[in-house]
Amino acid sequence: MAEVKLQKLVKKYGNVGVVHGIDLTIAHNEFVVLVGPSGCGKSTTLRMIAGLEDISGGTISIGDRVVNDLPPRSRNISMVFQNYALYPHMTVKENLGFSLKIAKQDEATIEKRVAEAAEILGLTPLLARTPGELSGGQRQRVAMGRAIVRHPDVFLFDEPLSNLDAKLRGQMRVEIKKLHQKVKTTIVYVTHDQVEAMTLADRIVIMKDGHIEQVGTPAEVFEQPKNTFVATFIGSPPMNLLDATTATEGGRKVAKLADGVTLALPAAAADKVSDGQAITVGFRAEAFSPVGYGLTGDSEVAAIERTVTLPEPLGTETLLYTELGGKEVQGKMLNPRPVQPGEQLTFNLDLSRLHVFDKASGKSVLV
Amino acid sequence: MERSWQRWLIRFGIFVVMTIICLPGLWIVMTAFRDNVEVMARPPVWIPERWTLDNFRAILGMSENQQGIPVVRYFVNSLIISVTSTILALLIGMMGGYAFARYRFKGKNVAFLWLMLSRTVPGISLSLPVFMIWSRVGLIDTDFGVILVYLALNIPFTIWLIDGFFRQIPLSLSEAAQVDGCTRWQAFWKIEFPLAKSGIASAGIFAFLTSWNEFALASQLTRTTASKTLPVGLMDFTAQFTVDWTGMCAMAVIIIVPALLLTFIVQKHLIAGLTFGGVKG
Repeated sequence: MAEVKLQKLVKKYGNVGVVHGIDLTIAHNEFVVLVGPSGCGKSTTLRMIAGLEDISGGTISIGDRVVNDLPPRSRNISMVFQNYALYPHMTVKENLGFSLKIAKQDEATIEKRVAEAAEILGLTPLLARTPGELSGGQRQRVAMGRAIVRHPDVFLFDEPLSNLDAKLRGQMRVEIKKLHQKVKTTIVYVTHDQVEAMTLADRIVIMKDGHIEQVGTPAEVFEQPKNTFVATFIGSPPMNLLDATTATEGGRKVAKLADGVTLALPAAAADKVSDGQAITVGFRAEAFSPVGYGLTGDSEVAAIERTVTLPEPLGTETLLYTELGGKEVQGKMLNPRPVQPGEQLTFNLDLSRLHVFDKASGKSVLV
Repeated sequence: MERSWQRWLIRFGIFVVMTIICLPGLWIVMTAFRDNVEVMARPPVWIPERWTLDNFRAILGMSENQQGIPVVRYFVNSLIISVTSTILALLIGMMGGYAFARYRFKGKNVAFLWLMLSRTVPGISLSLPVFMIWSRVGLIDTDFGVILVYLALNIPFTIWLIDGFFRQIPLSLSEAAQVDGCTRWQAFWKIEFPLAKSGIASAGIFAFLTSWNEFALASQLTRTTASKTLPVGLMDFTAQFTVDWTGMCAMAVIIIVPALLLTFIVQKHLIAGLTFGGVKG
C-alpha cells in the first residue's frame, strides 16, 4: 500500500508563500496529475513529496509513514526529471543499475532487474551507450527505466515531456500510460499541459497560486468545472466566457448578454441565481456549432445568426471565430465544409451545456 | 583567390607572434646545451655548433672545475612546496567552489567578491607585511611559510574556477542521485565530482604552475637551502661581476621540463571536458 497523503501542506520561501496549506490524498496505484500555470506550486509540491524541498508546515505521508523529515533516499520513491538528469559519465546500463548498486544489491539481482526494466522500455539494444549518444525520446525512456528498476512505492514525474517535440511527446504520453498499466504504481505527475493531464490522469489536481482549485477525474473537471479558472484552463480551445445578467422572462430564468441576446439557463442553474445577478455564462466550442455541423442530440438549442470573422480548419473540424455578447467566441464545425471569413451562419448553442458562474466569485453555481 | 591571399597573411601573422613567444624559450634551451664561449660570441652563434651536457654536469656538481649548486635540494623544496600547496588549494577550492555553486547562505556574494578582489592586489605588494609577520612568527625560510603564501595566492582562483565547473553540472543530477538512494556526500563523490574532474584538473595545473614558477615572494621569504625553490635558485648564478648564463639556462630547463610534462599529461582533461549528454543541452 502506498497511499500519498498531503495534509495542510505549506511551503514558504522567507515570507513568500508558495503552497498555502493543500490537502490531497492520492490512492494506491492511482495516477494523479498536478496541473496548473507556471508558478502555481505544482513542482514545489512534487519536490516536497520527493524530499528535495523542506516543508514549512503540514504533513506528508507515504503509506503509513510520515516522511516530513526523511531524506529523499529513505522515502522509497523515484523521480523522472524534466531534463532527465541522466548521469552523463555512465552507460545506460550503469544509469539503470545505479540505485540498486547504492542499495548494495548483489550483481545478479542488479543484472536481472536492469534487464527487466530495459525489456519493458525497449532499451535492451542501448544498454552500452552513454546518455550523450541517445536521442531525446531514448533519454526519456532511460529516465523512466531508472525510476522503475527500484520498484518504488511512488513514481514522481516532473514535467517529463516538456523537452520533447510535439510528435515525440504524443508517443511518450502513450508509453507512460502503458507503463502505468504494466507496473501499477502510484504516480504523481506534474505538467502545465492540460492535454497531458486529461489523457494520462485517473484524477487531475488543478492548482493556481498555491491553492488547489479542483480535484476530479478528467471528465469531471472538463464537464463540471468548479470555477472560471478551471473552465478556461482545461479544454482546448478554452471555454467561452461571457458576462451576463439574469432575469426572468416568460417564467424562465434567462441570461441577458451585453449585446441583447438572451439565453435560457439550464434548469439546474435556474433556482440558484436571482434576478439581476451578475453572472458569467460559459460554453465550450463544441456546444456552439453551425446548424447541421454539430453534435446531434435532442437538447434545447438557441439559434443565433453570426458572421464568421475567422475560420481555423483543423482537418476533422474547423474552429469558427465570431462575436457574441460583445466578445470573441469560438464555435466548432464538425465534418466541416470550407468556410470563408465574413460568411453568415446560423449557430446552434446547446443550452443544456451552458455553465453558469457567479461573476464576483467566479464559482460555478452548478457544482 | 582573395581568400588564399588572406589565409597566407594570417599564417604569416601567426608565425611572427609565435616567433616572438617561442624564441626566448628556444634560446634558453639552446643555451643550456652549448659552451659558454658560444654564448658570449659576437656576432651571436644562432645554431649551436657543439651540443654538450657539461652545463648540467656542472650545476649538479659532477664536474671538477666548478662548485655545484644544490639543484637537487631546490628541486625537492620546489616539489614539496608546489605539490602540497596545490593539493591543499584543490581541497579547499573544491569545498569552497561547491559551497558557492550549490548552497545559499548569508553574505555569499560579498564573500565571493572579496575572494575575487584579493586577486586584484599584486602579491608582491603584500610581500613586506608578509615578511614582517612571517619573521615574527618564525616562518621565514620554512617550506610551510611559502606554502601558506601560495595557498593564499591560489585559493581564490581555484574556488572561482571550480565553482564555475560545479555550476555547469545541473542540480538535478545530484537530486536524482539522492532520490536514487545516495546521501548528499555520496551524490557528490559518485556524480558531481567525476563530472567536475576536468575542471578540478585544470584548477590543479594552474595552482601548480603558479607555485612552481613563482619567484618574487619566494625570493623574499626564503634564505637558505632549507626552503629555497628552483626559481629563487636561479639567482645563485649571478655573482657580483658575472652571470653564469649557461648554468642558469640549464637550471631553467630543469624548471621547465616537469611543468611541461605535467601540462601534457593533464592536457587531455583540460581540453576534453565531458559531454553533458545526461541532460538536455
